[in-house]
Amino acid sequence: MRRVNKNERVRIALTLNGRKLSAEAEPRMLLCDFIRHALGATGTHVGCEHGICGSCTVLIDGVAGRSCLTLAIQAEGRDIRTVESLAAPDGALNPLQQAFRNNHALQCGFCTPGILMSFTDYLARNPHPSEGEIREVLSGHLCRCTGYAGIVRAVEEVASSSAPARAGEGDHP
Amino acid sequence: MKPRPFDYARPDTVEEALALLAEYGDEARVLAGGQSLVPMLNLRLIEPGVLIDISRLAALDVIRDLGDTIEIGAAVTQNTLMAWPQLKQKLPLVAAALPFVGHFQTRNKGTVCGSIAHADPSSELPLALAVLGGTVVLRSKRGERVLAAEAFQQDMLTTARAPDELIVAARFPVVEGKGVAFDEVARRHGDFAIVAVAAIADGRGAALLGVGGMAGRPLVRAIDGNDGAAIPAWAEELEGYEDLHATAALRRDLLCNLGLAVVAEAIRCAA
Repeated sequence: MRRVNKNERVRIALTLNGRKLSAEAEPRMLLCDFIRHALGATGTHVGCEHGICGSCTVLIDGVAGRSCLTLAIQAEGRDIRTVESLAAPDGALNPLQQAFRNNHALQCGFCTPGILMSFTDYLARNPHPSEGEIREVLSGHLCRCTGYAGIVRAVEEVASSSAPARAGEGDHP
Repeated sequence: MKPRPFDYARPDTVEEALALLAEYGDEARVLAGGQSLVPMLNLRLIEPGVLIDISRLAALDVIRDLGDTIEIGAAVTQNTLMAWPQLKQKLPLVAAALPFVGHFQTRNKGTVCGSIAHADPSSELPLALAVLGGTVVLRSKRGERVLAAEAFQQDMLTTARAPDELIVAARFPVVEGKGVAFDEVARRHGDFAIVAVAAIADGRGAALLGVGGMAGRPLVRAIDGNDGAAIPAWAEELEGYEDLHATAALRRDLLCNLGLAVVAEAIRCAA
């Protein structure tokens, strides 16, 4: 059994974007803060901190979830994927990111990392979603630039391309 | 905001979880999916002394077909149940209710039993459990008891769970030869419902109608689907309540309109 006292800092190890990393945290540290402040991966954005806005969405063992509603210690030993995992090492965008660029699916970009991770999970399960299904998944995110139409178009472009499963390539080994 | 400090315990077995609950009592909160609990922690609405994390207990991550009921273990997520191949056939009302529960992203982590434990008055899964006449299985070091949904959920965010008890499963009865329907109105899809309704009916019009969002807990009544005055009379009797999102009068209207529609749809499905 894992037991940690409230003010005790313990070492938490997990896999972030394919690399095994660890850092110290108290039980109350949220996964989003652990990723950003302890591990230094600031691609994941933190908006509302209570699960409404969706900007902090990451993949936890391949499944999209709110990193603000997950404790760092709950992610111990898990495989975490963030927006940093999507582009190739040389910076080339993956098809989902490229479709976002093509369709002006982001303006300020604050909500974008979470939306990309949600659709990375969703398109791996359902590579050819209808517009209604896309909007259903998107309802779990808030975009204050009101860019939803462009986001829907971007996901539709990926979903209708010849190799739709590529949206999740590299994220589900 | 960030949660206040708390101890964290991740037991390896259900027995260890029960020992922790016996040790800490009402100082403890059980953490499964965390989709209702962690927002309350972050907003500092609650300050538990210890979180007992049951999300990795494989013994609770099980969907069991018991014949006349389907038992959903306490670590089963809403999306896991949604993806269960027999859901539509065995539990069509739950299948109809689940798409209204939060969002794709929160259903990935949120558990079925967690929704029931949280006991929000307009929440979909407690409503479905109440209309189906399901039960909640509670275990402690003292033993196990099985409570009917109506005995379990007592009021807004209030249940009959004792401080040392763990909800280990919820049991949803399999309904055969009847039609079902579910609907709700919310400000935004996936938000808390203002009013949610669920119906089960036979082809001749005998229906059970359940409503969430009219009182501190879901309520169920037998309705004659051929009597157009039955639902409006019930709505008047219940009164409803006013909050930021809706007046009591709007709640009564929603119950009348949605109630009539789901009862009619359930009768149609049964025929």
